[in-house]
Amino acid sequence: MDIIFYIINTLVSILMVVVPLFLIVAYVTYSERKIIGFMQSRMGPTRVGPSGLLQPIADVLKLVSKEIIIPTNANKGIFLTAPMLMLVPSLLVWAVIPLSEFFIISNINAGLLFILALTSLSVYGVILAGWASNSKYAFLGSMRSAAQIIAYEIAMGFALVGVLMLSGSLNLQVIIQEQSGSILNWFWIPLFPLFLIYFIAGVAETNRAPFDVSEGESEIVAGFHVEYSGMAFAMFFLAEYMNLILISILSSIMFFGGWLSPFQGTFLDTYFSFVPGFVWLSLKTLIFIFIFLWLRATLPRYRYDQIMRLGWKVFLPITFFWLTVIGILIYLKYLPL
Amino acid sequence: MNTELITFFIFSFLLIVTSVKVITSSNPVLSAIYLVFSFFLSAVLWLLLGAEFLSIILILVYVGAVMVLFLFVVMMLDINIAKKSAAYIKYLPVGIGVFVIFNVLIIFFFISTFENINYNAINSINVISESNTENLGYVLFTDYIVEFEIAGLILLLGILSAIVLTYRKNPNNKYQNPTEQIDVEKKDRLKIIKGLKE
Repeated sequence: MDIIFYIINTLVSILMVVVPLFLIVAYVTYSERKIIGFMQSRMGPTRVGPSGLLQPIADVLKLVSKEIIIPTNANKGIFLTAPMLMLVPSLLVWAVIPLSEFFIISNINAGLLFILALTSLSVYGVILAGWASNSKYAFLGSMRSAAQIIAYEIAMGFALVGVLMLSGSLNLQVIIQEQSGSILNWFWIPLFPLFLIYFIAGVAETNRAPFDVSEGESEIVAGFHVEYSGMAFAMFFLAEYMNLILISILSSIMFFGGWLSPFQGTFLDTYFSFVPGFVWLSLKTLIFIFIFLWLRATLPRYRYDQIMRLGWKVFLPITFFWLTVIGILIYLKYLPL
Repeated sequence: MNTELITFFIFSFLLIVTSVKVITSSNPVLSAIYLVFSFFLSAVLWLLLGAEFLSIILILVYVGAVMVLFLFVVMMLDINIAKKSAAYIKYLPVGIGVFVIFNVLIIFFFISTFENINYNAINSINVISESNTENLGYVLFTDYIVEFEIAGLILLLGILSAIVLTYRKNPNNKYQNPTEQIDVEKKDRLKIIKGLKE
């Protein structure tokens, strides 16, 4: 009986995360088109619903009703599994993300490791999609993307090592609690270089502009998902936006105190104590999502060799150096604050 | 039957299936993918033992890094279907021999230790805390620091020797120098000539 109750409880909490997540993804695509539209002096979608608000739903209906075309000589099994391999890890990570002080699907001890392990899996979807499509553009895109993801994953992992050193725990709730005190206790001050590296590597990891060489429209049409249509394409699309939201929420958890209130430790704290932690986390995450969209509207695409140079020759040495600095500061008891 | 045992049997059955698929599937890419799945399933088995660190590291290192590079190489090869004809029969006796010897060794090992297996061995190293990630880290950096560092050095040597063995300098290669490219200024590219008549 206990086990049945446990399973139902878990299923409900999973649905509580996943269903809103799909809606958020839909509206992130809408806001992306609106924001980039305004930045480029356009209107963005306006036709479907009031000020285009129903556009994402129209998009979903279109994608669902489309045919999934399988190219000749494509490896059918892998061709159809690849989008799922892309989507599943990015959904699984949400199991360990603390959405508020009380709500977390699974509060495991090795949360940070779990996140690192699962984010390293998204590369399979890309590689297998590119290979199984039996198309040169798709293969080129997947090769580029795989090399890029491997290069930036290392810098990203090392940036999180800094968080680990300061918090002394792999548990995400503990990481957030270690940042409590005031806005000056959040990890972004001692770990500022690592935060920048984490966020930029996150942009590269999600294959978004300015690092979107894997789908670079002007060079290789759409990269690894050029042969995909209908729902199969929709899954890549979902996974990309899911990863975008994930990187944003992780940056706010690791470096900006997660669900902690920014007014902690000041006289304003008592006035804002009614605001639930979830709201603060959402606000912080929305800022990062906005930066993602802003980057896409502003920056031109990096050249491929420059991406590799940035990952291996700039980011990696900086993380090594800063970890040494942090280590020395901890040894001299200047940190954690 | 408790849930742990049921999970164990499901995942170990799947592990055996995927491991057999690794060596029987004719397409090398498929073999590599099945190997990825079998790594996954063995990570689940470790998780059942309570070895959270080892199981996640197995996924992180083997699935997330090693097998990606492996797939990379296998995909580049132009052999879609391996022929199982003469070579298959030729190597079959060797394969069976290795299989038998290996299994005999494993079975002997288990018979001698089966009674004394401590199923909670991983949980019982209680050095500093409950979490075995912290315990492993603590033990690796205190009791086994020398061995740990030597292992690290051997890996570094492996990387260096792979580079030394494969690196050949090609005098015809043309490199771009990024710093030079970034430092370009207007006067390097644009020459303004005065005094030209319209």
